[in-house]
Amino acid sequence: MKPAPFEYFAPQAIDEALKLLQKYGEEAKVLAGGQSLMPLLSLRLARPAVIIDINRLRDLAFIRSEPDGGLRIGALARQRAVERSGQVATQCPLIAAAMPLIGHFQIRNRGTIGGSLAHADPAAELPAVSLTLEAEFVVRSTRGERAIAAKDFFLGYMTTAIEPSELLTEIRIPATRPRVGWAIEEVARRRGDFAMVGVVTLVELNGNDTCQNSRIVVFGAGEKPERVARAERLLCGKRTDEHALAEVAKAVTEDLDPVSDVHASAEYRKEVGGVLTRRALQNAFKRAQKETA
Amino acid sequence: MSSKHTITVTVNGKSYERLVEARVTLADFLRNELDLTGTHLGCEHGVCGACTILLNGEAVRSCSLLAVQADGAELLTVEGLARGAELHPLQQAFQDQHALQCGFCTPGFLMTAYAFLEERPKPTETEVREAISGNLCRCTGYQPIVKAILQAAGKTTT
Repeated sequence: MKPAPFEYFAPQAIDEALKLLQKYGEEAKVLAGGQSLMPLLSLRLARPAVIIDINRLRDLAFIRSEPDGGLRIGALARQRAVERSGQVATQCPLIAAAMPLIGHFQIRNRGTIGGSLAHADPAAELPAVSLTLEAEFVVRSTRGERAIAAKDFFLGYMTTAIEPSELLTEIRIPATRPRVGWAIEEVARRRGDFAMVGVVTLVELNGNDTCQNSRIVVFGAGEKPERVARAERLLCGKRTDEHALAEVAKAVTEDLDPVSDVHASAEYRKEVGGVLTRRALQNAFKRAQKETA
Repeated sequence: MSSKHTITVTVNGKSYERLVEARVTLADFLRNELDLTGTHLGCEHGVCGACTILLNGEAVRSCSLLAVQADGAELLTVEGLARGAELHPLQQAFQDQHALQCGFCTPGFLMTAYAFLEERPKPTETEVREAISGNLCRCTGYQPIVKAILQAAGKTTT
């Protein structure tokens, strides 16, 4: 298993990388951490004519806190750096909690935030987390820069809104609001495997501990991570009681339309999606209740 | 339109300069160009962990990197652990605890454990199990490997 021949460029500056992308477009693949692309090359599932290795673009490896409490993470920040970052743990604990679920530490040492998001594996954690957090994705080309909302970024199976001439440069995460709780739950066959199904939740409580706003995102159960709108609506105005959570979980089970594959049957994914929703919501409510307004 | 590149890497303290084709993985480069065949290749797509080495001090899978990407880097492979005839404490512990049978996965486990203990010199058993979760062994059932890593960390084992 060896990659087919390709031409290799390792630009030292972002502008240089953008010019290469402009020139080669669909013939080129961007190589970041390589934890998905390298296996695809070795198995010859991908045979790009050109590889543009962005690992020398050190300007894209930042993790920055914004004055308003938001977070900006450069596309080339290693998953391990994000996992170890005190800033991330304080300002966006949901991201910190998701990191150890990604592969193994050897993989996170190389794997990047931008790489995982641009690869858009439907069973990956980061796309689901960014959708839950309503993150924004900054992409650049020689023509300029644009920001894409997470809900418009993931288009389908391993497909994003990034154009062939564009490079994902940054992920912007809005500041966490007061009285918000979060949770991520997943089931995988073995530690570090892709999730058979997973759920990310976020709940915002009002003064009397009822939910006024929520997000319930399921991953690993379709072409891309999806919010379950009916379950979110059902949760609105509810407190954390068993009956309410069971009703929301049932809505998730009913509304999921997953595929059956070698890892799990559709029926299993629907059932477990509901169970994980209930668990995730319990944890999210607990966290939100600890937050003071 | 050349896809060949000259790279310089330091492996186990020794510097090498070679002309490599861009598509050659770091694992194949170590084995075929430098004759450092201690690094083993199992799955060649980032699942088994047999090819784990240290790149600038961090454990990585050498099958999932191109050799050209290691230009300027410092690498440590299993050949760099022993001091002459004296085994590294991890290697000694693997021998003492019978933490290998066929030995195919061992270089990957040793390098994973080495990087892990550098970061967490006094781990709990649970942390050791978590650390080796990305490496596959089909002989031992993992128990002796966990014991060996704990022994190397200075924890008493029976």
